[in-house]
Amino acid sequence: MRIAVLRKQVPDTWGERRMDPTTGRADRDASDAVADEIDDRALELALHLREEHGDAEIVLVTMGPDAAEQALRAGLALGADRAVHIADDALAGADLLQTGRTLAAALSREAFDLVLTGLESTDGRGGVLPAMLAERLGLPLVSAATSLEVAGGTLRAERATEFQAMAVEVPLPAIVTVTERFPEARIGSFRGIRQAKKKPVDRLSLADLALAPAPAASVVVDAAAAPERTAGARIVDDGTAAEAIADFLADRNLI
Amino acid sequence: MTSVLVLAEVAADGTVRASIDSLVGAAGAVGDAVAVAVVPPGHRDVITERLRAAGASRAVVAEVADAGVLVSGPQVDLLQAAVALVEPAAVVVGHTVEGREVAGRFAARTDSAVATDAIGVAVDDGAVRVTHSVFGGSWIVRSGVEGGVPVVTVRPGATTPTGAADAIDVEEVALDPVVGVRATDARELGDSSSRPDLRGAAKVVSGGRALGSKEQFALVDRLADSLGAAVGASRAAVDAGYAPQALQVGQTGTTVAPDLYLSLGISGAIQHLAGMRTSKTIVAIDRDPDAPIFEIADLAVVGDLFQVVPKLIDAVEARR
Repeated sequence: MRIAVLRKQVPDTWGERRMDPTTGRADRDASDAVADEIDDRALELALHLREEHGDAEIVLVTMGPDAAEQALRAGLALGADRAVHIADDALAGADLLQTGRTLAAALSREAFDLVLTGLESTDGRGGVLPAMLAERLGLPLVSAATSLEVAGGTLRAERATEFQAMAVEVPLPAIVTVTERFPEARIGSFRGIRQAKKKPVDRLSLADLALAPAPAASVVVDAAAAPERTAGARIVDDGTAAEAIADFLADRNLI
Repeated sequence: MTSVLVLAEVAADGTVRASIDSLVGAAGAVGDAVAVAVVPPGHRDVITERLRAAGASRAVVAEVADAGVLVSGPQVDLLQAAVALVEPAAVVVGHTVEGREVAGRFAARTDSAVATDAIGVAVDDGAVRVTHSVFGGSWIVRSGVEGGVPVVTVRPGATTPTGAADAIDVEEVALDPVVGVRATDARELGDSSSRPDLRGAAKVVSGGRALGSKEQFALVDRLADSLGAAVGASRAAVDAGYAPQALQVGQTGTTVAPDLYLSLGISGAIQHLAGMRTSKTIVAIDRDPDAPIFEIADLAVVGDLFQVVPKLIDAVEARR
C-alpha cells in the first residue's frame, strides 16, 4: 500500500497571526511556522496503517516556499519514508484553484492507494481542497472521517458532519480527511530526527509537473485588522447576577 | 437582475436545514436567489414551499431516489445543470462539511474560483466581493474573482435572511444515476429535533469543562432550551466526554456567528475564541476572574455557574 499524506505549513495558532495588508497574504514573519497539527493526525493514522499492514510506504506531500521543507523533515522524523516538495516562485499567493490543480498533478505521478490529510487547515480553514483533488483525480472522497479501516482493497470509515453520523465503504484508491477524533501524532525521537536528514525529499517545480503558471482567479481586494473586541461590563455574582444577565438579554431583545 | 444559485441543504428525511434562510440572505445581496435542491421523491412540494419561505423566487430541483445516502455527488451534478440554465453571477453553498465537498468538486470540475467561509457577499462597482473573517476573526479580508463565476461558501448564520418570496417558479431537472460515495448507514446527530442546529443558530449556549460531568452538562441544555438556543461545547468538554464532537465550537470544531453566544464555564483558549468571536453579543460566566473569554465578552459574570444558571433559567422563564 502506498499512502500519500498531505501536509501544510501554517502560522502557529498559539501565537498572534497577522496578514500583510498590501498583498492580502499571511505575514509569514509575524508568527512561527509549524506543520499543521491536523495533518500530523493524518500522518499518525498512516503510521498506524503501516504498523497494521506491514508493507505500506508513506510519502509526505507539500506545496510551499523553501521553509516548508521543515514541515516535511518533522514528518519524516516521525516515521514517513520520503517526501515530495512542490516549490516554485510562480506559486506564491496561489489560490485554491491553482493549489488543487498543482497538488493533483503531483499526486497523479504515482499510484497512491490512499491520500490522507486534515479536514481543513487551521489557517485558511477552507476545507474544499480535498474535494478538488478528488474531482480532478476521479477518486471517492471520505471527508470528516472519525474512524477508518482498510482490508482487501476496501476502505470502511465512519464520518461525522455537523448534522449526521454515517458509515461509508469505498474501493481504494480513495482520499480521506481526518478529524480530531483521530489520535495526536506520536512524539519524535532523536534517532528519528537523525534518520530524517537522510531521507529523500524530491523537489518539483511547475515545469516538472508540466503545468504553466496561471494567474490566480481568486484575488484579495483588501485586508485589514478587525476592530479589537473590547471587554464590556463585568459583574461579580453576589446572588443577583442571574437577574442582571436576564435584564441585559431583555434590553437587547435576546429573550 | 442577475441570479445567484443557492444550494439548499436537505436532510435525509426530506426537510430543508435551517441554514437556508441565511444562505438565501447572502445571495440576495447580489441578485435573485435561485435555490438548487436535490430532493427525495415525494418531498418536492414541501421543499419548494420552504425555499419560497426562505426568499427564493425560483428553484431548480432534481428528485433522486437515494438522496439521503449519496454523498455530495447529485448536488454537484445538479449545480452544474443549474449553472447552464441560469448563468448566475455566483454560486452560494453553506460552509459545512457537505457544502464544502460540493463546492470543491464543483469548482474543480468547472475550473471556478472559490471563496471560502464568507461572512458577507456584495456587489461593488459591478463586481462580486466576498468578505471573510480570518484568523479567528482578527482580520477582515475582501476577495474577488477575475473572470468566471465565484463559488462562495458562506458561514451559516453570518448573513441576514431576506424574508419570504411571494411565489416560487420551479424547474425540474432529471439527473442520471450517480456513482460516488454512498453511505451504508446514516443517522442524524443531536438528540433533540426541536433544538436548533449549532451552525446557523441565532443563539448558542456553550458549556466547558467546569460543568464537571456529562450529567451536569444537562444544565447547558436546560438553559439553551429556555432561550431557544443551540448547544455548543468547548474542546475540553468534548474531550472529557461531556458533549459529542459535533457540538465542539472552535478552531477545529464549528465556527459560529450567532446574535447571542452565552458561555458557561469556558475559560476561552485561543482556539475556542477563534470559533465564536464574531458573535454579535457575548455573555460569559466563569469562576476565574482572569478567564481570557472575559476580554471579549460584552457581559462578564464572575461566579459559580451552578449558582447562577438555575436562577437565570427561572428569570428567563419569568420574562417569557
